[in-house]
Amino acid sequence: MTVSEKIVSDFIKNKVEFITTVPCKQLATVIDKIEKCDEIYHIPSNKEDEGMGLCAGAFMGGKRSAIVMQNTAIGVTINTLVTLTQFYRLPLPMLISYRGELGEPVACQVEMAVHTKALLEQLKIPTYHFHKENDVQEFDSILKHTFMSNKPVAILTDATFWNGY
Amino acid sequence: MIRYDVLKTIMPIIRDQFVVCNIGLPSQELHYLDDQPTNFYMLGTMGLASSIGLGLALTQKQKIISIDGDGSVLTNFGTLPTIANNTANNFILLIIDNGSYGSTGDQPTYAGKKTSLTEVARACGCGCVIECKGEDTAEELQKALKSEKMTIIVSKCDSGNIKVPVIELDPVVIKYRFMEELNKKNQKN
Repeated sequence: MTVSEKIVSDFIKNKVEFITTVPCKQLATVIDKIEKCDEIYHIPSNKEDEGMGLCAGAFMGGKRSAIVMQNTAIGVTINTLVTLTQFYRLPLPMLISYRGELGEPVACQVEMAVHTKALLEQLKIPTYHFHKENDVQEFDSILKHTFMSNKPVAILTDATFWNGY
Repeated sequence: MIRYDVLKTIMPIIRDQFVVCNIGLPSQELHYLDDQPTNFYMLGTMGLASSIGLGLALTQKQKIISIDGDGSVLTNFGTLPTIANNTANNFILLIIDNGSYGSTGDQPTYAGKKTSLTEVARACGCGCVIECKGEDTAEELQKALKSEKMTIIVSKCDSGNIKVPVIELDPVVIKYRFMEELNKKNQKN
C-alpha cells in the first residue's frame, strides 16, 4: 500500500466522508485518489478559509470532514482557524504539504516553511510531522485523536515523506 | 428599506428553517428579532456564511438558508464558483445587498458601484439567480423554498443599521443547539 492509499483508506476507516482540497504538487496523488474514491465527497475550494467553512458546515450536517492543503495556507487561515474552528470547537484534520523542506527546489517556499511550526505552536494546534514513509502508520490514530478532541489538527508532510518533490 | 426591515419581512418564513447568518449586525439583528435554535450565528470569520451553508446542504436533507451580505460575498468571492459546481437543491443563498459594509460603519462596497453580484453569480455558473427589491424578498424566498432548486437571491436594499445588542450566546451553545435541531429533524423525515 502506498502512503496515498493508506491515507485515503484511513480517512474511510474513520468515516471522513467530506474532503476539501486546495492543490499542491506534493499532494497531487492523494488528491487524485480522494477524487476517485466513492466513499468521499470531494469538493475543491478556491481558498483554504473557504474550505474550512465548507468543512464546518459538513461537520454540523453530520459528516466528518477534512482539508488537504499546502503549508502556505496557514498564513491565509489563521483568523478562520481561531474564530470558527477553534471558537466553535470543531474537529478538523488538516493534511498539509510541508513545502520548503529538504529537497525543495523553490526558494520562496522556504520563507513560509520557517514559520510553519511556529505559527501552529502559537495557535496551540496539535501538530504531527511525517518525514519518513513509515510515519504514515500514525495517521489513523491522529484522525481518532482529532475527532476525540474536537480540535483542528495539523499533519505536516514533507518532500522526503512523499519520496521526493 | 434597510436590512433590518428586510429581515423583519422574512421572519415568519425563516422561523422554522435552518439559517446560517452572516457575522456582525445581520446575526445580531436576527438574534434580536427572533432567536431560534435553528439559527447558526457567525460570531467571527467574515465571508464564510455561504460556505458553511453549502457544506450543511451537501451533507444532509433539510433546507439551508445562508443569509449573507454583499461585503461578505466580496470577501469570499471564491464561494460562487464552488456553489455553482456543487449543486445542492436544498440550498438558498440570500444576499442582502445594501451596497455597504454595514457592521463597520457603512463604508461603500463595490457591489453598490459598478459590480453586480447577480451577474457575477450567473457568470460563475449558478443556475437560478434572482435579483429583487428588498420589499419583494419574502415573496422570492417563499418561491425559492417551494422550487426545490438551488437559488441565489440578491436582495437590493438601502444602507443603514439599527442599534441592537451583541450576541452573548457561547459559540459552542450555538453549534450544539443547531446540530441538535438538525439531527432531530433529519431523524423525523
